[in-house]
Amino acid sequence: MTKRFTIGQAVLLVIAAVLAVIWLLPFAWGVATSLKPEGETTKVPLEWIGSEITFEAYSLVLGTGGLVKWAVNSTVTAVITTFLTVMTSAMAAYGFARTSFRGQRVLFALILAGIMVPPHVLIAPLFVEAVALGLVDTWWGIILPQVAAPAMVYILYKFFQGLPPELEQAAFVDGAGRWRVFFTIVLPLSRPVLAAVSIFTFITTWNNFLWPFLVSTDPNTMTLPVGLANVIQGTFGVRYAQTMAAVVLAGLPLLVVFVLFQRQIIRGVAHTGLAGE
Amino acid sequence: MTTTVAASTAVEPAERATVRRSWTQHGLLFIAPFLAIYVMFLLWPLVYGLWASFTSVNIAGTNAEFIGFANYAEALSDPRMWTSLWNTVLFTVLSTIPLVLLGLTLALLVHNLKFMRWLWRLSFFSSFLLPSAVVALLWRQMIYQPDFGLLNQLLGTDILWLGDPGMAMWSVVLTTVWWTVGFNFLLYLAALQSIPEHLYEAAAIDGATAWHKLRYITLPMLRRTTGLIVVLQILASLKVFDQIYLMTGGGPGDSTRPIIEYAYDVGFTGYRIGYASAVSYIFFILIVVVSLVQLRLFRKRAEGVS
Repeated sequence: MTKRFTIGQAVLLVIAAVLAVIWLLPFAWGVATSLKPEGETTKVPLEWIGSEITFEAYSLVLGTGGLVKWAVNSTVTAVITTFLTVMTSAMAAYGFARTSFRGQRVLFALILAGIMVPPHVLIAPLFVEAVALGLVDTWWGIILPQVAAPAMVYILYKFFQGLPPELEQAAFVDGAGRWRVFFTIVLPLSRPVLAAVSIFTFITTWNNFLWPFLVSTDPNTMTLPVGLANVIQGTFGVRYAQTMAAVVLAGLPLLVVFVLFQRQIIRGVAHTGLAGE
Repeated sequence: MTTTVAASTAVEPAERATVRRSWTQHGLLFIAPFLAIYVMFLLWPLVYGLWASFTSVNIAGTNAEFIGFANYAEALSDPRMWTSLWNTVLFTVLSTIPLVLLGLTLALLVHNLKFMRWLWRLSFFSSFLLPSAVVALLWRQMIYQPDFGLLNQLLGTDILWLGDPGMAMWSVVLTTVWWTVGFNFLLYLAALQSIPEHLYEAAAIDGATAWHKLRYITLPMLRRTTGLIVVLQILASLKVFDQIYLMTGGGPGDSTRPIIEYAYDVGFTGYRIGYASAVSYIFFILIVVVSLVQLRLFRKRAEGVS
């Protein structure tokens, strides 16, 4: 593609710049507020920069709120959920794509039908189950229900079906067991699709609200979004600089990760999003 | 991991035929871990919820008396159920249209820009990566706040964005568009990049204008993607809960309360799991009907095109 700066390009650039500013404005306003002294956050008419730029709100929020603890909970639960989701669905997908046994097709249909079930309609019975299993206020209570994601099985199944079976057969002839074939040949070949599914799962788990909100009542086990909604709202409600400091701190990790891995994340989201086709 | 190691050593090295047979025989082992979690945390709650919807079971799992269709009868004559169901449908219509059109517009814009694409992608997509609680707190406290919030200050108005029953739903939709349009934008961008360049080159030789290229190449080539995005968006919008619960709590009055929040209210505040399950199942039926209708439309259109 030739890069020539034309009038058309200039017009498009201006439009894009205006839209981008509008789009970034809300978050920028949150950041600006978080850097003001608490007394100046409700000033009218608005000022983007207060009398001084201070990180006081950040140190207060980090010192008193459970923000660090919630970030740890979020990280641990999102990492474990992602790992378990990718492992179990890759194995299941491979089982469906490459083996046959009695009842396999019925089982596959049963799992695919689950794609139609939004987790949101299961909250009431799932909570009763979580209580019965002692999963309330535990990491596993947050993790396990999120691993049951049949869409990922379907995406990986499609991918495995497209892999040429000759490679696996060759390894087979050489005496490799099925698990070794799976772990040393199939999984490495699937790295791009595994990355896509991992990224997608990690983002949705990290940001998930409804289920973690229901299953954690103890501030010690809450994830970042839940702690933010439950506790920050109550504790810092009218202390706007501190609330915005918490908001910025909670929103930042994924934004930083995105800036660092933009290409992979875009591919991951687009691939997994479009794979429903 | 330990089980997989054990399983791999348990396989005897054998000749082709027997390997092949054991391979097919043990497929179930590959499926077992996922199946266990799937049955426990999706299938079982689905079945238990259906059963619960015919009982008066409470949140402790006790007092489960079979009461037939009483929960459903109550739900169908419950004005708050209908209001929240209507709010969900209204939100879906109001949000899907701008989310699809704006997603497409932004993607077309960025696709045709030759400079600093990463910056535009970052600008329009990054809000999608924020957790709902961050979005809700930010907008409720700093943007929609009537006295000193950003929106009223910039516009010079004093609108009660979230406090006025006639306004709250629009405000929720606006926040949702800002928050999630990046996803559709990205899907469209990926679709645009996969349109073969030679189509445009051929059109250029024939002297096609930019408008003609858009009208006769780009938009027709995006038809499948658009269908998919509309489906995904409708299903996603029907499931709305987070941002409404966190910004308005369903209010003022019941003016923004979505059906999921109503199910949550009766189940987790009113402790009536049986009734909450019935409300959830009514909503689930709606989701299934919408999915089936869309599947139908899709098939027809796909046949019509080919």
